[in-house]
Amino acid sequence: MLYREAGDFKTSYRADQQTFPIMFDKVAFTITIILAFTVVPLTINDYWANAVFLPFLIYSIAAIGLNILTGYCGQVSLGSGGFMAVGAYACYKLMTAFPDMNIVFSILISGGITAGVGMLFGLPSLRIKGFYLAVATLAAQFFLVWLFNKVPWFYNYSASGQINAPEREVFGFIVTGPNSSPAAVYIFCLLFLCVLAIIARNLTRGSAGRRWMAIRDMDIAAEIIGVNPLMSKLTAFGVSSFYVGIAGALLFSVYLGAVEVGEVFGIQKSFLVLFMIIIGGLGSMFGSFAGAAFMVLLPVLLKNIMVGQFGWATDIAAHFEFLIVGFLIIFFLIVEPHGLAMLWRIIKEKLRLWPFPH
Amino acid sequence: MGAEFFFGVEVFLNGLMAGVMYSLVALGFVLIFKASGIFNYAQGVMALFAALTLVGFQEGQIPFAHLINAIFGTEIHHFGFEMPAFLAILFALGVMILFAILVEKLILKHLVNQEPIILFMATIGLAYFMEGFGDLMWGSDVKKLNVGIPQGGNFWIEENTAFLGGDDFYGFYLDTLDIYATVIAAILVTSLVLFSQYTKTGRALRAVADDHQAALSVGISLRSIWVIVWGIAGFVALVAGIMWGSKSGVQFSLSLIALKALPVLMLGGFTSIPGAIIGGLIIGVGEKMFEFLIGAPFLGGATENWFAYMLALIFLVFRPQGLFGEKIIERV
Repeated sequence: MLYREAGDFKTSYRADQQTFPIMFDKVAFTITIILAFTVVPLTINDYWANAVFLPFLIYSIAAIGLNILTGYCGQVSLGSGGFMAVGAYACYKLMTAFPDMNIVFSILISGGITAGVGMLFGLPSLRIKGFYLAVATLAAQFFLVWLFNKVPWFYNYSASGQINAPEREVFGFIVTGPNSSPAAVYIFCLLFLCVLAIIARNLTRGSAGRRWMAIRDMDIAAEIIGVNPLMSKLTAFGVSSFYVGIAGALLFSVYLGAVEVGEVFGIQKSFLVLFMIIIGGLGSMFGSFAGAAFMVLLPVLLKNIMVGQFGWATDIAAHFEFLIVGFLIIFFLIVEPHGLAMLWRIIKEKLRLWPFPH
Repeated sequence: MGAEFFFGVEVFLNGLMAGVMYSLVALGFVLIFKASGIFNYAQGVMALFAALTLVGFQEGQIPFAHLINAIFGTEIHHFGFEMPAFLAILFALGVMILFAILVEKLILKHLVNQEPIILFMATIGLAYFMEGFGDLMWGSDVKKLNVGIPQGGNFWIEENTAFLGGDDFYGFYLDTLDIYATVIAAILVTSLVLFSQYTKTGRALRAVADDHQAALSVGISLRSIWVIVWGIAGFVALVAGIMWGSKSGVQFSLSLIALKALPVLMLGGFTSIPGAIIGGLIIGVGEKMFEFLIGAPFLGGATENWFAYMLALIFLVFRPQGLFGEKIIERV
């Protein structure tokens, strides 16, 4: 009743293949975007920006990136934390080496650098498959974190070993450093996310995406019908690392401001991003967003309930957080292995009939 | 031959010992992977949980004391008695077997026929759950584990090898605990091999590992096999937990040994028990020697963090199924 597709007739292939074929979806999406660009920036404050919106936007970019690699191309990667670190450190080096360059370009170039590193570590994927590859990407994770820790050039020989984001502005709005306003930073990240998400959506339904999916479903069969496995896998690694690198650059420059590589970009971060796409749904754009929202909101919610409401000590709350996150992951996998995106699809199916069951 | 050379030999020997410790963890992975095709990320946390439980029983801690105190405002922490090590190990083993049964009943049963990646994710979830659960149950402070295995340098070896070098060589320094670990690992592997070769259950295990459907069709219960395998893996985790716990204390970082066992597995192949042992030895020696010869003098040290992975990565490019893994045959 509320959600229906009756009367939505498509007369061309183009119209049938659009991202939101159903009118209701299109309207809902437009309203969400308008709200995100108008109401949220006007009402946002420091707490909401830092606890909810910024991590959500940035991790969504990372999740889209990993979803391209794992969900669409089928190559499991546990190196996202390391690739985010590449983005962050590339961004830092660019920001300090070229102070006059616009931050947008610094972030884009650091994404490009990460893409190069990602393709380098993606090379073995041609021979190594499945779990062996997943563990092999851990090599990237540990090696990169060690590299940024041990080579002082990367952190400009600072005594603490940390990197700090200098102040930069875009169109007169300060977006990095301690003086940035939450609204400006929010809009900055949102713009990045929107542009990147549109590109990703179009890549995955175009010929590149179809090649990736062919490789994912069965690489030998794909090779026989003429998909070049080297090019497909490397482009997947490249595009994915580009996204993950941009997420890392944003995480460092805009969100955190100061970063110590082992703490921020450790193996835990790789797992976090992987959780997002598994819980959200592999091979689904909506899933990347849903997973990121879930994994960002859950700890905030749990902390508010346990520390805020019950007044428990923070260490007990932290243990409970682990316990509940673990439980929910297993729960979701058992109830719906294809993630929140599949649940959403099922809900939509139900909504189509509601309130009349037949 | 100078003291430098002998120091190199000592590093080599210590590398072998460290390799045995890695193998102990890798063994648990291989057992579960062979029998159920599940890549069990939680193996490291299982070792941590087993060690925590063991310490908890030994010291007579009250489970969930922190939580109970937080909810009811009480001040309890210990029962006030201490359990002998042997009894505590038996109890901890019991807990691990109970855990195996619960895992089968609550998780694996519902995830039959899912893709391997989903099962892998489930074990990561399990690892998170157990980590929170273990900390909640026994507290997260660093604990000392002592089950009566002597520690520290072995003087006998040190005295009897001193004559090899010149005046500036004082004999090989080897940790007694590591020597015990080597012996225990050897016993463990031998008994596992004997068990799987000569007992009925062992044969059933190998049948399941070979072919699930064929095993089912000759009347082997897949579910009870899984319980047994997870139980054995729990036992191996307990042994690994005791060894690592005695060495470096029972704490959160114990669960990270799972990450060190992964390159061992890649090198040895996911499906081979001897592979786990030999892979462990290669990794242990390789990373210690690399750190000693190249890492510490030229690269600023701490190369142990990534060397094993790089070695495994490069190795796999040439032999994708590991040293002893079954040859990967792909069909369309």
